[in-house]
Amino acid sequence: MVAPTLIAPAIAVGAGPAATTSLSWDLVADLRQLFRYPFMVNALLAGTIVALAAGALGWFMVLRRQSFAGHTLAIVSFPGAAAAILLGISATAGYFAAAIGAAVVLAAIPRSLGGRTRSSESAVIGTVQAFALACGALFVSLYGGFLNGLTNLLFGSFLGISTGQVLALLAVAAVALAVLALIGRPLFFATVDPDVAAARGVPVRLLGTVFLILLGCAAAEVSQITGALLVFALLVMPAATAQQLTPRPMASLVLTIALGLATVWLGLAIAYFSIYPVGFYITSFGFGGYLLAVAGKQTAARWQAVAA
Amino acid sequence: MNPTSTCQATRASQAVRFDHAAVQVGGRTIWSDVTLEVAQGEFVAVLGPNGVGKSTLIKAALGLVGLSAGSVTALGLPAGQAGRHIGYLPQRRNFDASLRVRGIDIVSLGSDGERWGLPIPFGTRFLPSRRAAAERITEVIELVGATAFATRPIGQVSGGEQQRLLIAQALVKRPRLLVLDEPLDSLDLPSQASVAALISRICREHQVTVMLVAHDVNPILPYLDRVAYVARGGAVCGTPDEVIRSEVLTDLYRTPVEVLKASDGRLVVVGEPEAPARHTDRHGDATSLPAQPW
Repeated sequence: MVAPTLIAPAIAVGAGPAATTSLSWDLVADLRQLFRYPFMVNALLAGTIVALAAGALGWFMVLRRQSFAGHTLAIVSFPGAAAAILLGISATAGYFAAAIGAAVVLAAIPRSLGGRTRSSESAVIGTVQAFALACGALFVSLYGGFLNGLTNLLFGSFLGISTGQVLALLAVAAVALAVLALIGRPLFFATVDPDVAAARGVPVRLLGTVFLILLGCAAAEVSQITGALLVFALLVMPAATAQQLTPRPMASLVLTIALGLATVWLGLAIAYFSIYPVGFYITSFGFGGYLLAVAGKQTAARWQAVAA
Repeated sequence: MNPTSTCQATRASQAVRFDHAAVQVGGRTIWSDVTLEVAQGEFVAVLGPNGVGKSTLIKAALGLVGLSAGSVTALGLPAGQAGRHIGYLPQRRNFDASLRVRGIDIVSLGSDGERWGLPIPFGTRFLPSRRAAAERITEVIELVGATAFATRPIGQVSGGEQQRLLIAQALVKRPRLLVLDEPLDSLDLPSQASVAALISRICREHQVTVMLVAHDVNPILPYLDRVAYVARGGAVCGTPDEVIRSEVLTDLYRTPVEVLKASDGRLVVVGEPEAPARHTDRHGDATSLPAQPW
């Protein structure tokens, strides 16, 4: 069991659970089926942990307009995982090491390269992102070019998540959420009003660095469920939807987490009965939720305008 | 009394005091030998053309920019140590129109934004300290006349309304000194007049010292106690009548400057040299705080 995320799906995709399970439209029976196999219980546990961490950190990420950085951290976790598999260590360790390492580097870039404006920052991040993706492709082909393994790293898989992996996800998420809870309010202050926050003694720059590292943890976690390319399904979509629905900070934070959980549970449940990748379902539910929120808000605004 | 680069206020009632202060940014001297005192309860404007270091002057008073010579104190303490008693409004911040955060949330950050932890969204009624804080927030929002729009997303209210909310934020902790950096910039004329009147009312009724940066003196002229005019290299201060005069400004700029008075009392300064248009002068990177990493 050197590389569960690479090998297990490679076997399973052809004769996956869909070959032995089918949707009976009897809710109780379907739910019972869902929890029948330990791998599925692990997938649901992992999905729940990831949705919690991604929701909370994604909410701040969307508010801080750092989605591009968040995406890059996830992309960088892909070569990390590929390299870990190539070296024969756990892919989970590779995801975290690469994403957290990249977060530290990203936090240091603006000073060392003098990239002060936002556009030059984006250029630097974009360069890093492309290089990371290329490295990942190299590592995968060095390993022997498992096409299914590559697909799973990029577009997600919920098969073959071991209990050890669930525990690793839980430990990282618990630490990240605890730190976020500690710095939450000053981070919010530094996000919406950095000048005043700095004048009031909030360590704006330090908080930004800590937040990027936490975001690296979350991006690495999400990558392991949705794949490196679809992290936005859990990092951006729930937060963007919730912020459309309410301008109250705490309410939209709680709503973000609830939406993330609902998206993951639904996506995993449907994917279990289907032969198509889980990343597609999770992303589609997130996208649908966002469209509904925007359409609902526009309709409400129009009604208000008509009433007034 | 001739205006010189020295302004006297009795030592006991000083709110801000610069003593032969100088600031260098990136090896370039912004201004030097500035001696300036602001008395408690005064409404003082920091005037001058763009790029001469007006923002740097108030940032030095707040301790956000270090001096290269001389000293500065705020409320009797070295700069940077009286932060709790100073309300600061940085140069105009335009909240992104898509920012989905309510005005009242921005105001309440003025009350506890630097405290660690997360705000708990319920149970406000049961803790006396939290209830007092919530009441104070309602009170300042009422004081600045922002009650009607405080629960709308701040990106969707007008510039003047945003400015009122930001003044409320600066006032939450009952500061003794209010430092405002171009609060009237980019507001329409009626908003400029009403925000200026509001600031003056806060200064008089709540005994708050106000130090306000402006590049146009006219909206605040009726309310001012004194002005500090910053020009390349230094500053002069005194009452508006003493300072905003052709001779004084001509001396300060070492180039002919004429001050004209319009029939309605507004002042027009003609021939005021603009500082060389350097990108970093304009509240840019060199003098401001480090930007967010991303």
